Amino acid sequence: MNLPKIPLAEWIESLEAWLENNLEPLFDFISLIIGGTVDGLSAALDWLPPLAVIAIFAAIAWYIGKWKMGVFTAAGLLIIDNLGLWSQTMQTLALVLTAAFISILIGIPLGILCARHNGMQRIVTPALDFMQTMPAFVYLLPAVTFFSLGVVPGVISSIIFAIPPTIRLTNLGIRQVPAELVEAADAFGSTPGQKLVKLQLPIAMPTIMAGVNQTIMLSLSMVVIASMVGAQGVGATVYRAVTQIKTGVGFEAGLAIVILAIILDRLTQQVIKRPNPQPIKKK
Amino acid sequence: MAIIEAKKLTKIFGHDPKKAIPLLDKGWSKEKILAETKLTVGVNQADFSIEEGQIFVIMGLSGSGKSTLVRLLNRLIEPTSGQLLFGGRDVMKMTAEELRQLRRKNIGMVFQKFALFPHRTVIQNIEYGLEVQGIDKKKRRDLAMQSLELVGLKGWENSYPDQLSGGMQQRVGLARGLANDPDVLLMDEAFSALDPLIRKDMQDELLELQSKMKKTIVFITHDLDEALRIGDQIALMKDGSIVQIGSPEEILMQPANKYVERFVEDVDLSKVLTAAHAMEKAETVTLDKGPRVALQFMRERGVSSLYVVDKSMKLLGLVSAEDASNAVKDGRKLEDIIQRKVPVTYPEALLNELFEMMASSRHPVAVTDENGRLMGVVIKGAVLAALAGNAGTALGGDSSESA
Repeated sequence: MNLPKIPLAEWIESLEAWLENNLEPLFDFISLIIGGTVDGLSAALDWLPPLAVIAIFAAIAWYIGKWKMGVFTAAGLLIIDNLGLWSQTMQTLALVLTAAFISILIGIPLGILCARHNGMQRIVTPALDFMQTMPAFVYLLPAVTFFSLGVVPGVISSIIFAIPPTIRLTNLGIRQVPAELVEAADAFGSTPGQKLVKLQLPIAMPTIMAGVNQTIMLSLSMVVIASMVGAQGVGATVYRAVTQIKTGVGFEAGLAIVILAIILDRLTQQVIKRPNPQPIKKK
Repeated sequence: MAIIEAKKLTKIFGHDPKKAIPLLDKGWSKEKILAETKLTVGVNQADFSIEEGQIFVIMGLSGSGKSTLVRLLNRLIEPTSGQLLFGGRDVMKMTAEELRQLRRKNIGMVFQKFALFPHRTVIQNIEYGLEVQGIDKKKRRDLAMQSLELVGLKGWENSYPDQLSGGMQQRVGLARGLANDPDVLLMDEAFSALDPLIRKDMQDELLELQSKMKKTIVFITHDLDEALRIGDQIALMKDGSIVQIGSPEEILMQPANKYVERFVEDVDLSKVLTAAHAMEKAETVTLDKGPRVALQFMRERGVSSLYVVDKSMKLLGLVSAEDASNAVKDGRKLEDIIQRKVPVTYPEALLNELFEMMASSRHPVAVTDENGRLMGVVIKGAVLAALAGNAGTALGGDSSESA
């Protein structure tokens, strides 16, 4: 076979160069927003004394879940503080929450569009497959080119990696609303917007929340990779420990990530299986 | 006045459905069109009109197109061709907004599987149609409560649908359909998912509601007994076409073709025919006549008893030949020998409700109107004739002229 190689790499690089030259103001703007959000959030979490933050999180966990949730959250965060990883963990939390928040902000509307238009779904589904299977390092590079080193390319690549479940499960949840309920909403003269807000989103909510839960977990799994491009936080501690072959430090930092993951997971799980409201039943 | 009028209303499913229209005009069957064009005929050129205040039953086996037809009426399924008028307005030419208004204000709907919204309480379900109209919270709550009381579920407003039994859930469905006070209520197999006993209760309640509210109801069912029980008019469907439209008696007594005939052959006529159908003229005497005259009447007419009425035909009682001849001997008046305990019924009573009464009485059952005036009598022979399907003798003239 003597066919010339397709110059795919060259194409991609010239596209990257074109984007960098022409869309720079846009990238700067995105960078400003994301960087500002992460820095602000992490500064706020770090500004309060750790014990106050721990108390707030434990109270939220208690309120959403059971008392056991509150106790676990308090204990877990106390261990992190004790290990001296507090401010790194708060930086990581800020990164994860920002990535998850932006994913939800983009993902849910996109999922709704997919549920409404089959054409949209046909375009988005393969794009999501691509995003989830392409190794994260590969899109870390253009992210650095566009947004320079720091936390922003970390958030961007976390979003790319973590957003698919929210889109997919929003789409699925809305499509799974029983046809007869949709028909009933139509029969009473609902507008498409009323149907969405009053029927489809409430019924799809547990499924959508399962997607949000997955998105948070996936963005947490990106923190070590994000630290390679300069994102600070407990991920960076792990990365440093790995490069310096310090098993103990690596384990401590890894444990902090695990605790954070369990807390975030259980909290969002609780929101999914919100107990059925108990109405007053009169005989 | 007809509130809904359909002319050649047709629904064809599949790709490029319009091309089947000329084939239907040529009289091709559903099977032939499917084989040649891969198009499915849902509803084939249905012509009918529904009068205001009527219960119009669309009846057919599954796959006959009845559920499709009812959805064409509010365009939940888009008709392929034909004409559809609602209160004189052309439904098929309505814009999306006009159609929404029609669904919000003029047409209510009740579904086979209830289709209640599981995340909303009973009262929130009922007020859904009012809520989407933008009616303010207090007013729509009041209207929904009225609707809830109408179906007898007061006290359950804050329960969730899955806490109610099937029958109660469908009452909620009914209340939701009625909450915006629509002109027409579409009921798609509304009682089919219920137990037989509850189903009968619901039928009774629907008839009672109907007599109070005078709604026009389009009722879909696959159950002939149900159709005969509640329908003023019945449209019988097969393969997407309406095979016959008529009153329950017409469907039973004058089936339009072999299909209808086979459909109705197992029907228990005693649950359909009423006292009015089997009624005959009563032999009467007024109270001012003497026993001698009464005896004379009996002899002339070859009967053994006479009904005694006043001048306005109000039923007073019955006098037998034996009592009359004794009274002639003793010189007593007709008033003294009248038997006031006579089996009486009303014209709408079903024949099967009369069996026990007839078995326990030596006399025919008298039929009176709401003012107590004697309309006729039901004798055993006429009941048997009616049940044997001798339409001519049992039903009189009105059913034969409109077939």
